[in-house]
Amino acid sequence: MKLRYLFPVLLILSFTSLFVGVSDIRPWELFQLTEDQAEIMRISRIPRLISIIIAGVGMSVIGLIMQQLTRNKFVSPTTAGTTDSASLGVLMAMIIIPGASPLVKIVIAFAFAMAGTLVMIRIMERLRYRDPILVALVGLMFGSIVGSATTFLALKYNLMQSVGSWLNGDFSSILKGRYEMLYISIPLILLAYLFADRFTIAGMGESFAVNLGLNYRQVMRIGLAIVALVSAVILLTVGSLPFLGLIIPNLVSLYKGDHLRSSLAHTALLGAIFVLGCDILGRIVIYPFEVPIGLVVGVLGSGIFLYLLLRRRAAHD
Amino acid sequence: MIEVRGLSKRYGGGQGIHDISLTIAKGAVTSFIGPNGAGKSTLLSLISRLIPMDEGQVQIAGADVSKADSRGLARVISILKQSNQLNVKLKVGELVEFGRFPHSSGRLSAEDHRSVDEAIRYMELEELRGKFIDQLSGGQRQRAFIAMVLAQDTDYILLDEPLNNLDLKHSVQMMKVLRRLTDELGKTIVLVLHDINFAAAYSDSIVALKEGRVIRHGSVDDMMDPVVLKEIYDIDIPVHNVDGRKVCLYFR
Repeated sequence: MKLRYLFPVLLILSFTSLFVGVSDIRPWELFQLTEDQAEIMRISRIPRLISIIIAGVGMSVIGLIMQQLTRNKFVSPTTAGTTDSASLGVLMAMIIIPGASPLVKIVIAFAFAMAGTLVMIRIMERLRYRDPILVALVGLMFGSIVGSATTFLALKYNLMQSVGSWLNGDFSSILKGRYEMLYISIPLILLAYLFADRFTIAGMGESFAVNLGLNYRQVMRIGLAIVALVSAVILLTVGSLPFLGLIIPNLVSLYKGDHLRSSLAHTALLGAIFVLGCDILGRIVIYPFEVPIGLVVGVLGSGIFLYLLLRRRAAHD
Repeated sequence: MIEVRGLSKRYGGGQGIHDISLTIAKGAVTSFIGPNGAGKSTLLSLISRLIPMDEGQVQIAGADVSKADSRGLARVISILKQSNQLNVKLKVGELVEFGRFPHSSGRLSAEDHRSVDEAIRYMELEELRGKFIDQLSGGQRQRAFIAMVLAQDTDYILLDEPLNNLDLKHSVQMMKVLRRLTDELGKTIVLVLHDINFAAAYSDSIVALKEGRVIRHGSVDDMMDPVVLKEIYDIDIPVHNVDGRKVCLYFR
């Protein structure tokens, strides 16, 4: 697959996305929109499209970074405790500072996500059995433990409903004025691109990296900080998008390899395309109602994930 | 020249290395031999700053390893650990290009590309250049990693069991390449080897380790002696002279 095939697909899906919805807006009306239609475009459709693209790119790219840095293809922010820790952070912010501004929530969610990820990496390093799937399972358990702490606190403080709203990714509530924080992830993704070579080297292991004169610890910290911050931002604006960070990097790795300099752009584009496709599907499948994006991504994603697991098994036997 | 003074690294259970002092000559091939757990790999990792030392000092070409800038060191000394467990999907060419990272930080100049091409030719990997390393045999992969180290173009090259995964033919080829690097390009090469006969055939000097200490260090002639070998390995190893070379018969 080439980048020049992925770009047109993204453009076509983006265009389609703008014209799917309860209010009828036809593509040919684009240059003669009524006031109401223009309003819908500005307030709902365009913000939704932008947030889908940023979230799709963001989740896939940080999934790739996390897999590279942990040297494990079955690890991702949503399955190894990063997202769970971030949502515990959001909850703590709500409990301790009632009425906290979104920015404060992001800072606290980021701090929790970073701490949770570092603890997870520590645990992984100490595991005696290095089988990648087993290590990933431990990550899953760690995430569930953090998640159950969140549930416990949420029940205690009667905040279960808010937790539910951000645990299930949903683009239908994205409106102008409520998604702009997502822009924080753009410079982070560009930073990831600048660090692509360093992440690739770090992914070869500490002794390999030190031999090449790389400051391994620093590169790890920068990479994990990008992962934690993007996770927190997406969690707070869109909600959790499971499997995305797991399957997109794995699919790209199949045909593009693990050199981040060449696989990063593919991962980003394919991530955006996948989420856009899922979102459009979710919007038409029970039209005029909507299936939340988290559910669509979850169903399709777990199918692809199973395929990847079985394929790996077949390659081993 | 590599100068090791009073080097110690302790692990649990009395493992590690204890108070090692050693001088490794420049422009020569030096092999570390000894039983398992003698501390050969640990010593190699300490010399190349992969693990921090507890006590002592290592100087490479006059620079103190624990104080020198890691990036600068990467242009003077390279180390390749046993690489068989790496499962990153990189093309051979991409892997070798990473050898230029200490020189270029990822943006390869014309000179960097020349070094990469040269290293690939030296290790006879031209045809495999576009292949992913996870599709290669163990021996091909080992050669790809050595090519990366060659592209790094350091005066000092440290290799931890470079013959692992290699069959007889490729083992001989590998040792010949290493010998050529010293003879033609003046590189200083330090190896951890298991097979004494390979060490004897290609090294200028041999360092014997046992229980975390250097117990002998000498020329091949001095070391290929039944008394010395008994001291190192605790078994009787007869040494025979075959066509003017000393060969150990440790099979029975």
